[in-house]
Amino acid sequence: MPATLMTDRELQFKSIAYRRALLQLIFSAGAGHTGGGLSCLDILNVLYHRILRVSPETRDSPDRDRYVQSKGHSVEALYVVLADRGFFPRTDLQTVCRYQSPYVGHPTRKVPGIEMNTGALGHGLAISAGMALAAKLDGRSYRVFTLLGDGELAEGSNWEAAMAASHYRLDNLTAIIDHNTLQITGPTRDVCSNEPLDDKWRAFGWTVRETDGHDVAALTRVLGAPPEPGKPTCVIAHTIKGKGVSFMESVPRWHHGVPTAAELARAVAELDAVETRLREEAA
Amino acid sequence: MSAPAPSVFSPTAARLAEKLGLALGQPNLDVFADTLLELARANPDILALTSDSRGSGKLAPFGQALPRQLVEVGIAEQNLVGMAAGLAACGKKPFAVSPASFLTTRALEQIKNDVCYSDVPVVLVGISAGTSYGALGSTHHSLHDLAVLRAIPNLSIVVPADNWETREAVRWAATARQPVYLRFGKAPTRHLGTAERRFEPGQATVLREGADAAFIGTGETVVHCLLAAGALAAEGRECRVISMPWVKPLDEETLVSAGRECEAVIVAEEHSVHGGLGEACASALMRAGIRVPFRIAAIPDEETVTGSQADIFRHYGLTMEGLSQAARELLEGL
Ligand SMILES: [Mg+2]
Repeated sequence: MPATLMTDRELQFKSIAYRRALLQLIFSAGAGHTGGGLSCLDILNVLYHRILRVSPETRDSPDRDRYVQSKGHSVEALYVVLADRGFFPRTDLQTVCRYQSPYVGHPTRKVPGIEMNTGALGHGLAISAGMALAAKLDGRSYRVFTLLGDGELAEGSNWEAAMAASHYRLDNLTAIIDHNTLQITGPTRDVCSNEPLDDKWRAFGWTVRETDGHDVAALTRVLGAPPEPGKPTCVIAHTIKGKGVSFMESVPRWHHGVPTAAELARAVAELDAVETRLREEAA
Repeated sequence: MSAPAPSVFSPTAARLAEKLGLALGQPNLDVFADTLLELARANPDILALTSDSRGSGKLAPFGQALPRQLVEVGIAEQNLVGMAAGLAACGKKPFAVSPASFLTTRALEQIKNDVCYSDVPVVLVGISAGTSYGALGSTHHSLHDLAVLRAIPNLSIVVPADNWETREAVRWAATARQPVYLRFGKAPTRHLGTAERRFEPGQATVLREGADAAFIGTGETVVHCLLAAGALAAEGRECRVISMPWVKPLDEETLVSAGRECEAVIVAEEHSVHGGLGEACASALMRAGIRVPFRIAAIPDEETVTGSQADIFRHYGLTMEGLSQAARELLEGL
């Protein structure tokens, strides 16, 4: 699918609707990764509306762009966006994590639009490097995007793949870091620091681009920019875990906290208020 | 490199092998590499992925002939398997080649998730498997690989015994739509006879008929089973010999027939006694309600003795002498 013609403003409304849907999904499933889902939703929104050349009709085309969600635990965010983009009926989301549902609590290829089974951390970058290399070998022009958590970067396999991607000059590969600075135990800086992140990727031969990971216009510019020839691109997206719900923002316990009915109502009320304000601004 | 490894056949066993027409062939690894090159010339989607292992995988000629089809990732087995999965998901047919020991432990999670769970047609090739590395020690031995891989769904596990089984297995793997594990040793192997054999997925081959003991071997132990049967024939015992390249799925029919028709069953494998072909057979026999004197000739649950592959086979009774003695003990109820 070519990029949709939605305006930045329309995408902002989408992000709010996605956040509501995500919270409702996790509430009804009784499980899920709330904080990380909220932190990467705007990235997914921009990817699926403006960047990725893939649609329900072209999801088996050899020339489609590939997206691999290495931070597989944020699958609920991906489900919400894929359902909205028509990869499967929205009503399927009622079965997430239910007995015998194909909608597992981590991505699987049984779900239309999902490229690979992920969820164990440190796998998506190598897989994506293989996909990007396949494009080069076959002379195809598709691009490969993968989304990694910042806590995930402690897995050494990422750095094996980072080396290989630059060795093979995979400029058709983009790794997006959902840099919310938190992981399940607390701040990544305290758990086992991976700073300075930008210099690490540069030292591994990557082009590094930084962006506000919640600003759809900025994300569009950075993800849509052509790569530096011969170099893979790392986009460090500065994000807030739990973004959009005041009492979840940057609170580690919301990593996989499931909202109560009251918490859900509060969160939805906050999102509704933001939506109303945005509509007033737009009018 | 080092001098040729000492022969895994005693002089007596070597003489019997010649008498039985079990002529010395090439290492299965060499046959794998030649076959892969032949297939890859005809199919540009076939790739060899190596982790600084093109020399040990005998793939240097492949790299020279088809440089665009050899993907080197350096000493990084996790990345080897992860990239292979990504390549396979995009229509390529990657053979990920690395010493069995490192491939199946270092990259086990990639095998489980990226290849088997994601169901992409990667061929995992464990080279210098079992105790091929001899005195280099336990770090380099793979005596766990069948056990760990058997517990992962959606993986065919194939351990060819001779050059013919190797060629057939590689050709089959190149067409397989599901994940495959191939396991090769690096010592020259003997041809297991010239009789008409058919290589069918999931099928064992009865190489010798008999109803006293049944020997079931896989990979490089099969020839020793044949030699043991040959030695026992001189004593008037007729033993069945089954080559079972498919560790998974298991040919339960051939196994159960052996359990019903023979006085004893001995499974010989270059693997830990735990979790390999032996335990797979024991479990299948029990499920079929068969009680038969049974032994697994394999590497016990201990730090493997230091020595060449020949020393190790002799030490743990995996040669003609050890296997025929095991049969005698079972048949005499010792
Ligand atoms: Mg994080």
